[in-house]
Amino acid sequence: MDNINAELWLMVVTLFASVFTNNILLTTFLGMCSFVSVSREVKTAAGLGAAVVFVMTLTTVLNWLAYYYILVPLHLEFFRFILFIIIIAAFVQFVEMVIDRYSPKLYMALGIFLPLITVNCAILGAALFMVIRQYSFIVTIGYGFGAGLGWMMAILAMAGIRQRLTEARVPRGLRGPGITLIIAGMMALAFVGFTGVLK
Amino acid sequence: MMELLVPVLIMGGIGAVLASVLVVAEKVIANYGICKLTINDKKELHVQGGKPLLTVLREQKIFIPSACGGRGTCGICKLKVLEGAGAILPTETPFMDQRELAENVRLSCQVKIRNDLRIVIPEELFSIQEFQTVCTRITDLTYDMKLFRFELRDPPEIDFTAGQFVQLLCPRYKGSPEEVYRAYSVASDPQQKNAIELIIRRVPHGICTTWCFDFLKQGDPVSLNGPYGQFCLGDTNAPAVFVAGGSGMAPFVCLLHHMRNKGIKRKAEYFFGGNTVKDQCLQAEMSRFEQQLEGFKFIPVVARPEPDSGWQGETGLVTDAVRRHYTDLAGHEGYLCGSPGMIDASIKVLVELGMKKTSIFYDKFS
Repeated sequence: MDNINAELWLMVVTLFASVFTNNILLTTFLGMCSFVSVSREVKTAAGLGAAVVFVMTLTTVLNWLAYYYILVPLHLEFFRFILFIIIIAAFVQFVEMVIDRYSPKLYMALGIFLPLITVNCAILGAALFMVIRQYSFIVTIGYGFGAGLGWMMAILAMAGIRQRLTEARVPRGLRGPGITLIIAGMMALAFVGFTGVLK
Repeated sequence: MMELLVPVLIMGGIGAVLASVLVVAEKVIANYGICKLTINDKKELHVQGGKPLLTVLREQKIFIPSACGGRGTCGICKLKVLEGAGAILPTETPFMDQRELAENVRLSCQVKIRNDLRIVIPEELFSIQEFQTVCTRITDLTYDMKLFRFELRDPPEIDFTAGQFVQLLCPRYKGSPEEVYRAYSVASDPQQKNAIELIIRRVPHGICTTWCFDFLKQGDPVSLNGPYGQFCLGDTNAPAVFVAGGSGMAPFVCLLHHMRNKGIKRKAEYFFGGNTVKDQCLQAEMSRFEQQLEGFKFIPVVARPEPDSGWQGETGLVTDAVRRHYTDLAGHEGYLCGSPGMIDASIKVLVELGMKKTSIFYDKFS
């Protein structure tokens, strides 16, 4: 019983750590392409963020199972890059088909963003980190969800800032991706402040 | 040997399992069955659902103009979808204004056929066909412009109005992993129905122009579709001002052929702008038109003539020449073709000289 409680506690800590102190976007700068290109409006950013939370949680879990039940017993750990990528791609495609067919409303809110994140490096990054950091199954659930949530929080904050920026007089050469990357850098610096709060 | 083979087989197996799951899912889940397309409340088509409207219409030989190949970036493939398309997608809204939103205009590349649809297709689009052609001649016009002649094989003839454009299919090649369509105005005589000529100017690193300039050879097969566009000579007898730059030359060559064929005697002055004397082209053809057409005058304008060229004609921007030439353009009609910058500057000058905005027609490259 103690063991499970400890695991759950570790899961909660990992969840918070991956949202704040180890935010996958702001500390490792993964998933930048969609972060820069889809952060113009809060509404679309929220849709994409939700899609990332959903996909990241489920694919890290699926990849955990595939890694520890297929690759490790067969001693094929070095194939994890390929396996993770095809699992992510197949899963996203499958989910898109299902949503498209059975829930037009959800498709409008979430489904149209799914193709954008099939090849998002943050999704693959999360799966690889979970292996490197040797998370248990329960902790992986928390980690996947937390990493997605952290990514969503970062893109929402960025979209909020960029909506205000439309009124600002940004120097011509910095408009668009330029100023976005500078803001991302400042946000990353701000997030350094969380370091040490949680280990 | 086995050490190598087994892992590869295992990974291949996993990939195959996932792929077959997707194939089955596509058959079972993404199977929308046969859907009914009602076009203009007259024609009914029964098509397999699940694909974008644009693709399905193309398979049915109904060609909707589109420049980006269905990726939702050009915003050209607009159609009215009266019923069955669902709510408008965030990928479409940037291309729509208030009126279009109210009239249920959609991007046909973004609307997926999930159920029966009722759509409106403008009648003129039905005359659009796909043509298999052979490139029979490539002529240099300037250092960066060429004239390409395509003889039609299947179908063997094309009917088009002077000023319209066609789309050329640029196939996969070393510089481009996918097929793209690009639009070019027809520059040949509309009475000549078994071949068309296009004037193409090299765009640095352009996908299609690079292919046309560096890869396309005489005798190669080329696929075209069209005709598209509403850039045509009006029915009035008002004196006309033509303004073009670069490959904007093309539709005017076609319009001039048309005027000669129909014996149209209206006054027309054609300002053709180029950066240097080397950018001027087709001067012999133009002086032939000047002899054949009473009211026509060709006025080449060079922005920066080379010092040793001995250029005698107009200099400066094409808009400067227009301004020098006219004092009052009320009652005139303007026809413009060229880069967006040139068009916008020309519209400004023509309006300042008294031309009505509704009398200005243009074909903007973008």
